[in-house]
Amino acid sequence: MADCNETLNELYNFLDGELGPDVRNAVQHHLDDCMDCLQVFDFHAELRQVIKAKCVEQHIPPGLMERVKGCFGPETIAEPNGS
Amino acid sequence: MADQAEFAELALEYMPGLYSAALRMTRNPADAEDLVQETYLRAYRGFGSFTPGTNLRAWLYRILTNTYINSYRAKQRRPDERDIDDVEDLFLYRRLGAVEQALASRSAEDELMDLFTEDEVKGALEALPEQFRMAVYLADVEGFSYKEIAEILDVPIGTVMSRLHRGRKSMQKRLFQFAVDRGLASSTDDGAPESAPEPERTTHG
Repeated sequence: MADCNETLNELYNFLDGELGPDVRNAVQHHLDDCMDCLQVFDFHAELRQVIKAKCVEQHIPPGLMERVKGCFGPETIAEPNGS
Repeated sequence: MADQAEFAELALEYMPGLYSAALRMTRNPADAEDLVQETYLRAYRGFGSFTPGTNLRAWLYRILTNTYINSYRAKQRRPDERDIDDVEDLFLYRRLGAVEQALASRSAEDELMDLFTEDEVKGALEALPEQFRMAVYLADVEGFSYKEIAEILDVPIGTVMSRLHRGRKSMQKRLFQFAVDRGLASSTDDGAPESAPEPERTTHG
């Protein structure tokens, strides 16, 4: 069973999905019993959601798709690779 | 050997994410468009070396990152590693307790989402030195694993973890400053406002 410090040390590894099953279970068990740590994890999970939601552009600029597609073609392939 | 004719069909769906990443890196819409175009051009030319069945999305972000470093970075003011704010763990959590209480009438999930504007969150990310900014963007926005980020940025996994740790804390500090500027939180140098429930007293050295 993990204690508060061990659990908080794994905060972002847990949220990032980077823990192996044993440590992940230990953290999960601790969170089931510890409201203070659960609040910390909830806060950071939510913050991650906020960053994700607000840092993505909802629309690409008009014309960019066409501009990029215009680069694809035989003449593009013919250009030397790298330089 | 990948077929170049398949390229457009497979790769173009990633353009919104690549454009978002390009804009966060260049902080300039015209440069971001050029960066995306250049990325697709290089990827198209090099598609023959891409191994079908491997991670196309990560491969495209790697090209974007390299293109940015080689072509666009020189034009920009480059904050370096020394410019990053170092703060203690759980910086924002310990300071926003009072703000969260003030907003307690709202549903819990919406509190942080409503607290910061889109411009503030983008601003906090874009203020990070680029090596931190890219790591945080790839993890928090794109959801790449540490291993994928290590491959995209061509650094060891330990470096990825360290950049994420410091970059996220620095973002939190800037977000907190936005809350202070708008009068939602008070700035006291030794930790949270007095009214905030605080699990642990922290002191600055």
